[in-house]
Amino acid sequence: MYTFSNKLKTVSIALMIIGALGVVYGFMTSHKSFEEVETILAEEASHHGGGHGEEAAHGTSHDTHAAEAAHGEGHGDSAESHVDEHTKHVEHVRHQIANRPWSAVYVAAFFFFMIALGVLAFYAIQFAAQAGWSPVLFRIMEAITAYVLPGALIVLGIAVASGTIGHYNIFVWMDPEVVEHDKLIQGKSGWLNLGGFIIRGLIFIAGWSLYRHFARKFSLAQDNADVNDNRNFKKSFRIAAGFLVFYIYTESMMSWDWIMSVDPHWFSTLFGWYVFASMFVSGITVIALITMYLKSKDLLPFVNDSHLHDLAKFMFAISIFWTYLWFSQFMLIWYSNIPEEVTYFVTRFADYKLPFLGMVVMNFVFPLLVLMNSDYKRIPWFVVMAGIVILCGHYIDVFNMIMPATVGDRWFIGIPELSAIMFFAGLFIFIVFTALTKAPLLAKGNPFIKESEHFHY
Amino acid sequence: MEASKVIHAIYTDDDVLMSAVKRVKAEKHHIEEVYTPFPVHGLDKAMGLEPTRIAIASFIYGCIGLTVAITMMNFIMIEDWPQNIGGKPSFSYIENMPAFVPIMFELTVFFAAHLMVITFYLRSRMWPFKKAENPDPRTTDDHFLMEIAVHGNEKELESLLKETGAVELNFVDKEAH
Repeated sequence: MYTFSNKLKTVSIALMIIGALGVVYGFMTSHKSFEEVETILAEEASHHGGGHGEEAAHGTSHDTHAAEAAHGEGHGDSAESHVDEHTKHVEHVRHQIANRPWSAVYVAAFFFFMIALGVLAFYAIQFAAQAGWSPVLFRIMEAITAYVLPGALIVLGIAVASGTIGHYNIFVWMDPEVVEHDKLIQGKSGWLNLGGFIIRGLIFIAGWSLYRHFARKFSLAQDNADVNDNRNFKKSFRIAAGFLVFYIYTESMMSWDWIMSVDPHWFSTLFGWYVFASMFVSGITVIALITMYLKSKDLLPFVNDSHLHDLAKFMFAISIFWTYLWFSQFMLIWYSNIPEEVTYFVTRFADYKLPFLGMVVMNFVFPLLVLMNSDYKRIPWFVVMAGIVILCGHYIDVFNMIMPATVGDRWFIGIPELSAIMFFAGLFIFIVFTALTKAPLLAKGNPFIKESEHFHY
Repeated sequence: MEASKVIHAIYTDDDVLMSAVKRVKAEKHHIEEVYTPFPVHGLDKAMGLEPTRIAIASFIYGCIGLTVAITMMNFIMIEDWPQNIGGKPSFSYIENMPAFVPIMFELTVFFAAHLMVITFYLRSRMWPFKKAENPDPRTTDDHFLMEIAVHGNEKELESLLKETGAVELNFVDKEAH
């Protein structure tokens, strides 16, 4: 049995406390008065200096216009006076600044939740495929999936709170005033309404958690069963196959609801796959990282180089799969150049150039070059380094999916973002490692466990 | 190579073959070659063969394919016959690059895959009209054959191989080639 070391427990609790303080600080500093925002904007304009000032101001108002259009707030009359324009702009920026801590918390919450959900899918695939190499890692996967239920409830909770106690800080379609003036959202309101959003979310979470509950139960029961009694394994196999069908539908719908709807005018038909690739590769990376951590403490004598090698192969392969989907989505929209669609990438290229292109380097170029060589996939520090870069890259991926719609060009990875990451990292570590202590680290009853222990490449 | 005498030991199971190879290596006999109907996992390591360098070759071929694709698309679409497709005039390679990525990818894979297969065949000394080196046609079906050089130690080898589970032993005078 694994015992949650005091050092790690302290680290996780410290992360949660510091993170929570930072999140509170982020919320407290995000409410600016009209005059304060005006001063900020004036300062920004003057920073550009003399001749550039006007140009910059012009550029910003253009951006705002585009962003406003994307938000569905409507253009209003073209004969609008300058004063109105100015007031509107300042109000808009004020709203964006207020959105930032909400979005920061939401991005971090979703990122850690998606790791757990990705691992749950990976775990189910191992059972459905009756994989022989991986059973020695099952307890680690089961521990990570313990975060699915709390993580998903938190994400749904933040989303709903932003539309009830908040001021529609993440999802503009939750604002009845916006919907009133927006034909496109009105047309989608059969799907995009708060009641449906909550019910769907709860159904998704219930399905995932039910599978997780029974898979874990059967896995533990199989440990205590007779050597010739594989009934629990067979049950687990059956529910895994059923879960995967449920998962691929609900994961897709979850990604429309929880992510894509932040830009309610925009849609992409492969968005579900794209989010899936992101969560899958992050999940596999976390399995590899926790495995290496436990291995370094000599707790996993049955895990050998070849298991690490296979996990690193998956990290490499799914990174490429992610790039394939990212590029497929981008290229078709770029090529067809339809205004409703291309605005998504226009805002990202205009205001998010560094994170948007940086993420492609971190999620594709780096793992491609680092993990291509077969021998490097067996060197723990190499895989750890690649894994950390992949995880940062996929955090930025989620960041790029949410932030442009909520905070526009007012983004920065500062105290609100970093403390939200720290808070959820702490919570994730706490829940996952607590779950690890609940069962032996080797699923000794699994019928493939001998094959897995002797697995070699 | 001068004419030499070899022994052909025939096995009917890959696991038996694997342990036999390990045993023969441990007794410091030289295994010339092993013929199997399918790739046996770990056999190369057991025989002490050098690791393959095909991965490096494949990487180089991929780079060649990528270069060919870039040069080709640059010539066709930018230099030789620029067109305005979908409001995107082809005046600069870098600005039109997303459209060329599928071609760059496909040619990288095409070059890497085809040249790698050809390299593998040549390195395995296989080309059209080549006479098969395979000494026993049964090794293409369900038998495994280990070929060991004999240097006046027939008796010793014979008993060793019998012990390792060989179902058949043949002494052969190998022609020089």
